[in-house]
Amino acid sequence: MYEESQLLEQQYTESEAAAADSSPQRQKSRSYDSVMAGKSEIMKAAVGIDYSQFESGGMAFAYERMMQEIGYSLEEMRQIQSDAGVGGTPLLELKNLTKLARICAPEGKGARIFIKDEACNPSGSFKARRAAIAVYHAKKLGYRGVIAATSGNYGAAVASQAARAGLECIIVQECYDSHGVGQPEIIEKARKCEALGAEVVQLTVGPELFYEFLLLLEDTGYFNASLYTPFGIAGVETLGYEIAEQFSQKFGCHPDAVVCTNAGGGNLTGTARGLRKGGAVDTQIIGASIDLSGLHMASDEAFNRKSCTTGHTGFGVPYAVDPDHSDVPRSAARPLRYMDRYVTVTQGDVFYMTECLATLEGLEKGPAGNTSLAAAFAIAREMDQEQTIVVQETEYTGAGKHVQPQLSFARGNGIDVRFGNPQEEVSGESVILPEHPSQICVKELDLDRQRRSLIRRNLQKYTISPSEEDLEYLAEETNQSRDWVRQAVEEISAELQVCSCVRS
Amino acid sequence: MVRKGAWVRIHKIILQPQERTGKLPDDTKKVPLELWTKGFLQEDAQLGAEVEIRSVNGRRETGTLVEVEPYYEHDFGMCVPELLQIDQQVRNLVFAEKEASAHV
Repeated sequence: MYEESQLLEQQYTESEAAAADSSPQRQKSRSYDSVMAGKSEIMKAAVGIDYSQFESGGMAFAYERMMQEIGYSLEEMRQIQSDAGVGGTPLLELKNLTKLARICAPEGKGARIFIKDEACNPSGSFKARRAAIAVYHAKKLGYRGVIAATSGNYGAAVASQAARAGLECIIVQECYDSHGVGQPEIIEKARKCEALGAEVVQLTVGPELFYEFLLLLEDTGYFNASLYTPFGIAGVETLGYEIAEQFSQKFGCHPDAVVCTNAGGGNLTGTARGLRKGGAVDTQIIGASIDLSGLHMASDEAFNRKSCTTGHTGFGVPYAVDPDHSDVPRSAARPLRYMDRYVTVTQGDVFYMTECLATLEGLEKGPAGNTSLAAAFAIAREMDQEQTIVVQETEYTGAGKHVQPQLSFARGNGIDVRFGNPQEEVSGESVILPEHPSQICVKELDLDRQRRSLIRRNLQKYTISPSEEDLEYLAEETNQSRDWVRQAVEEISAELQVCSCVRS
Repeated sequence: MVRKGAWVRIHKIILQPQERTGKLPDDTKKVPLELWTKGFLQEDAQLGAEVEIRSVNGRRETGTLVEVEPYYEHDFGMCVPELLQIDQQVRNLVFAEKEASAHV
């Protein structure tokens, strides 16, 4: 339902990448076609990674080897982050929210809810972990500056770390619609980046942001502090590891479940890998996104009808089923390898829980980071009281990036903001605040469907007759058995052959 | 007249509608891809003129001069009374352990 329409916006990058692979050394030209054709060349210079060493020549690539050889060890990352003032954030028990969950739960239900207060990082979010490693690496390789394409908290994280390291920084944001109206949440992030010494380049809606990004990379020679390199993802492993460590120290066990807000997939991937490294192998990994189905992510008109600009299905689903459409050839964020369950919540749920966190726990935080909190509040009510569930992030709040200005902005754009049943919320038309906290529920996204979608894209992109090595790769990608994958491949190949017969 | 060295904001069109990629929704295809950035003005100029700026990183960029000493207008928004109702409701549930009506 989501993937077909929302992946459209990213498909151009694949066709351009294919063109790039076959193009001769291009002349220096700033035209769109010329710059996009030089994508591979520009990217290789800007991330300093030769991805071909991990390729099999087809579908499979050596993900784990890439993570081991390109990233840093957990100990090294902890040291780098510690030197940069990053990490070591408190794990807080939300006793009042747990109490509220129990009031809304059947007898004996209502797991203890914990939150990792990542807003305590220097730039106000867990993204500082990713940026610390990327900026450290850029400096080590001798780059003069760093650049990142992001409308999210990662911009401030890169700007903050670059400032500490004495590197120049450019952040490229998708920020405005064609009337020049900006999302207040993104404008605040621009302000923060500028306060931290970065240059912020702001664009209107559209995936051709990537063209401007490539031009800037080529012009400046800066390091591409992509969210999707092994450094960017491995930097989050310390977050998962800290949760395992803090839980063990406090309670002598690991949490039963950890909920991660899922957008580009790096948060979930890094946290899950860190939990495993910390020994929490039985902890259930739950992804949570705000349901924005029906809104096209590249639509100029829909842009300001969103009331949350990240942590939603418009990023979460396409990146899960096709991780390699990011700004690097092979993304290190591969959430379907780790996700045990994927749920959605509504915008109304998230705003409601953000208010609860402030008024019941004294923690005033930004709404987008509370996507996982809203999911955890619902899931805790399914779990026994003896069980534990961890929300693995909070994010900073401020003007524009706060429950009140975001709801006020929605109302100003004609969005119907009211109390009611949040299940009746329609993305882009309404934000429905629950009349009672017991109405906050999660909706399950069918993980098998996502896995099959990932397989389908691989079969379409590479071959409908995958090798044994490819099957093993797909088993890892989907976290399923080889037999499950073999069966799925047979079924999807047959469907694809029927489709191609019908077309011809 | 805006003086050389002033902190300004510029605007430029990156792609005209006809130059945009094919796989966009129709509403986005109809409008150009636009860019804004800030820097120090390199020569005296009038608002609306084509100018060159130097960014905080020393990068040169050209565009239309649209704002002098730009400032942030985003804020904490208008009062959203529903938030007060949520506060009252959940505080009553948790601290007073009594049912509160959803609408006070």
